[in-house]
Amino acid sequence: MLKIRINFLLLLIITVYHSSFPKTLLVGKNETIKTLRQAFEICENGDILKIMKGSYLENNLILTKQISLLGIDFPIISGNKKEKILTVKANNVVISGIHFMDTGASFVKDNAAIKLDSVSNCLVENNKFTNNFFGIYLAKSWNCTLRNNKVISSQKKQTYSGNGIHLWYCRDITIEGNTVQGHRDGIYLEFVRRSLITHNTVSKNLRYGLHFMFSDSCKYIFNRFEQNSAGVAVMFTHHVQMLHNIFINNWGDASYGLLLKEITDGEIYNNKFIRNTCGIYLEGCNRNSIEYNIFESNGWAIRLMANSMENIFAKNNFLGNSFEVTTNSTRNYNTFRNNYWSDYQGYDLNRDGIGEVPHHPVKLFSLLVEKNRPTLLLMRSFFVELLNTAEKIFPVITPETLVDNYPEMSFIR
Amino acid sequence: MNALKFIIKYQIHDTLRSKWLIIYTLFFAAISYGLLSFTNESSKVILSLLNINMIIIPLASLVFGTIYLYNNSDYIILILSQPINRKTLYLGMYLGLSFPMALSFLIGTGLPVLLFIRNFKEAGPVLFNLFLGGVFETFIFVSISFLIATLNENKMKGLGLSIFLWMFFSALYDGLILITLQIFRDYPLEIPSLVFTILNPVDLSRLLVILKFDISALMGYTGAVFTQFLGGGVGFAVSILSLLLWSTLPLMFGLRSFSKKDF
Repeated sequence: MLKIRINFLLLLIITVYHSSFPKTLLVGKNETIKTLRQAFEICENGDILKIMKGSYLENNLILTKQISLLGIDFPIISGNKKEKILTVKANNVVISGIHFMDTGASFVKDNAAIKLDSVSNCLVENNKFTNNFFGIYLAKSWNCTLRNNKVISSQKKQTYSGNGIHLWYCRDITIEGNTVQGHRDGIYLEFVRRSLITHNTVSKNLRYGLHFMFSDSCKYIFNRFEQNSAGVAVMFTHHVQMLHNIFINNWGDASYGLLLKEITDGEIYNNKFIRNTCGIYLEGCNRNSIEYNIFESNGWAIRLMANSMENIFAKNNFLGNSFEVTTNSTRNYNTFRNNYWSDYQGYDLNRDGIGEVPHHPVKLFSLLVEKNRPTLLLMRSFFVELLNTAEKIFPVITPETLVDNYPEMSFIR
Repeated sequence: MNALKFIIKYQIHDTLRSKWLIIYTLFFAAISYGLLSFTNESSKVILSLLNINMIIIPLASLVFGTIYLYNNSDYIILILSQPINRKTLYLGMYLGLSFPMALSFLIGTGLPVLLFIRNFKEAGPVLFNLFLGGVFETFIFVSISFLIATLNENKMKGLGLSIFLWMFFSALYDGLILITLQIFRDYPLEIPSLVFTILNPVDLSRLLVILKFDISALMGYTGAVFTQFLGGGVGFAVSILSLLLWSTLPLMFGLRSFSKKDF
């Protein structure tokens, strides 16, 4: 009787041990478990799957258990240019140290290297993604973190390419320290709430570096957007915070440092816009404050369309831009004050650091160019300079209210 | 040929001896050095130099050229009494003036630029086009001024015409382009405006510089048309051809009327 009881106790202990302490399973060519598919069937919630160095061909893997996937020395999981690789349908999954490559491109399906589908508390960290259609795809997920991943592709055509990091109907996501290159959109967000996008480097994408729509209350801090063929475009969103980002070298026929469309109540502080065709383009944007930014060597620093109202531009530095501000109307309902303009030609008699002569950043020629683009041909011609000077003395066509009445005399730090 | 060589040599000696060429060189040197020491942004310097290119060089070449021919009329008559071909004399005087002027522009702006060459690391092609434009403008406007001086005996009339032509090429022409572009803005104007620009040497040399400045990216479709044309080999060849035509055509007309002229 006693023996049976002890046996039972032992069994109990073993069961408790097994359910409360996670197992560590090894997957590899020289291990007992050869493939990931096999491992996913065996493992249980809470297990750790260590994937040994090597190459694994996998398509359409579906993970339904709450496990951690850890790669040892970056094992390669390849989709062999056919389908998607891994779909996660369980919460609390950790994916780290794995090299995903070659998901198949498709016009119909969103083939992603990792797709997080309706999950929470997942972590995707320190992975490499090479030549995938979509890199990391999150749908209807929340509280997830994507950190320090390298998502690099070399896609050629906009119509036949996917996004690096793609979020759809998500909330409370942290995207931190990732590098995204050569996709269609670097980071794409649609219907996302309260997310933090920070310290990412997004460059050389075919369309936008960052693209979001209907994604309210998100924060974008310390990111760098470089050489994306259409820059950064964000639309239909309110309460966005964009702080300390760098928009650089987005230079081309249809390229913008930052394109804002229907953005309201946003805060755009301490960003740098350097050598973009257009620093910020605002269309239908209201009640945004744009302060302490640096606009340097852009074609246009700011293109402000007339349907934007009550935006505040204050304490910005405008340095050597071809055009400082341009608009398409003679009316203006926005405020410019206390900016530093390198084109300012006034004086400061009482030495309070603020020029006594108001600065009109819109030149006659920029208005002409806005309405009739081929006239740009006459840029820097003697005649145009004469026209600008005449208009400055007797403003007739340029918007009189678009004026900085308190131009700063020196660079604002 | 020997006579041509001799005349060029003499004219160059003569021009170099006169003080205004030195002043002209010093003027360029002072402005370029000043600009370069105020800022280390090469783009700003190049744009200011471009303004000099567009305003000072045409003005100086036109006015100097006209005055030069008028002042030397006694010398011309004297030389023509010798067995020297009229064409040789005209060409000799033309080259004898335009070479030193182009050289003084090159030295005046080139030396300061060389001093600050570390600021111009990426601006090589722009600088090349800038100097190319300046040199061509000198040759073009000296040849125009010679034509004016040959056609007009009256000094005041000749000088007035020179200054008017300067105004026309540096300012009025652009005004006319602007008006045309505004009137016909509903039509595709890329090709016509390109033709307009190529027809004016001042605009052409300006465009050669600002296109290299990546301003083309500002222009969208228009810019694409321009960079495609002027950035490519054909466009460059056409620009150079236009500049060459501009410097040879007035010279040929001048030669012709000088040969027939009754002194």
